[in-house]
Amino acid sequence: MNKQSNTYTIIYIIVLAAIVGAALAFTSLSLRERQQQNADLDKMAQILASARLTPAKGDVAADFDKYIVGQFITNTAGEKTEGNAFDVNVDAQSKLKDSERKLPVFVCRLDDGSEKYILPVYGAGLWGPIWGYIAIDSDGATIYGAYFAHQGETPGLGAEIAKPPFSSQFEGKHIIKNGEFVPVAVVKAGQKPTGGEDYVDGVSGGTITSKGVASMLDNCLAPYRSFLKNLSNN
Amino acid sequence: MAEKISLKSVLFNPLSENNPVVVQVLGICSVLAVTAKLEPAIVMGLSVIAVLAFSNVIISLIRNTIPTSIRIIVQLVVVAGLVVIVDQLLKAYAYDVSKQLSVFIGLIITNCILMGRLEAFAMANKPWPSFLDGIGNGLGYTIILVIVAFFRELLGSGTLLGYQVVPDSFYEAGYVNNGLMILPPMALIVVACIIWFQRSRNKDLQEP
Repeated sequence: MNKQSNTYTIIYIIVLAAIVGAALAFTSLSLRERQQQNADLDKMAQILASARLTPAKGDVAADFDKYIVGQFITNTAGEKTEGNAFDVNVDAQSKLKDSERKLPVFVCRLDDGSEKYILPVYGAGLWGPIWGYIAIDSDGATIYGAYFAHQGETPGLGAEIAKPPFSSQFEGKHIIKNGEFVPVAVVKAGQKPTGGEDYVDGVSGGTITSKGVASMLDNCLAPYRSFLKNLSNN
Repeated sequence: MAEKISLKSVLFNPLSENNPVVVQVLGICSVLAVTAKLEPAIVMGLSVIAVLAFSNVIISLIRNTIPTSIRIIVQLVVVAGLVVIVDQLLKAYAYDVSKQLSVFIGLIITNCILMGRLEAFAMANKPWPSFLDGIGNGLGYTIILVIVAFFRELLGSGTLLGYQVVPDSFYEAGYVNNGLMILPPMALIVVACIIWFQRSRNKDLQEP
């Protein structure tokens, strides 16, 4: 058989593509459940981390059930609707107009009985998406804890936003001041924002990622304005 | 390749005298990208060893059936398939590490060492030597990755594998981590230092 003929070449590549394709499809199908499980567990751990809870690897699901006592979806008017907040795609929602967004809220009850409201945020860093969870005290104004993650920011620079030295700065900052919603600013170390809002120091060498965090907070927390005000009025 | 090749040299040559990174200067891009920290560098090295060994074996098994005109495409398809499988396995069984390496696993496909070994060795040799060649070259790549990552993490972050090794008293005395070490150019400079060191000790590698 002539191995250099066109027919042989075409049949060869079709067969090869079919075999490799089948192998990939098989791997993907047989591992999908496990991967989804991992992704869900990871998301649970991230949500808990924003409320300063860091369960051991095996306890994530149990702790999530224990501490997250409720979840619902709200809208820009602050009205609650029933729904599974865990399954809301925050990425897609963050690109919609404010009034059309579904805004997930997780209610977390800590061991001391206090309730925290955990809000997901999603935005863009330098190389790819960044996201996080912000836990708000039941007064609707004070940040209890924050968690940030990223897909591919530069290790040692932008990637530092995922570490406690950066995220712990948010603890105790106010997002509602004198009854007005003001997102926390991220500024260069040593500087202050002009508007008088609360601020944290950005990551040096990670300017664009830091700016991304600031605009992510602005874009994703602002629609919760009415919801947070209702909380603080109660 | 008509002459008999010794299996031992196939496995061990790439570690030093014929190292894919510092002698052949292949795969430099990923050396820049994943060596800011030690742990991702090690996992990346292991992934490359796995992909390289198995793609070498597969290509070697089918080497006599591949039409010459599309051999590069066939090699790419095999490598890409294996890389995706490794990526999926990491996502299922080592989720944390796969999160850290993110896109770099996918970029193994573009690693020149793979295409180089497939084209230069697996296309002309039996499966067993090809397997050893893959392991050897993968190890040679991993060693350089680990050396570079060791210095970059130590000097750039003061940690190794995430554990702090530079004592707090150093920082109190005014020691500062060198932020430049974390940036990609320093990976090139560290690789260059390794090349310099190796060639100064091994006269055979010196060019006249």
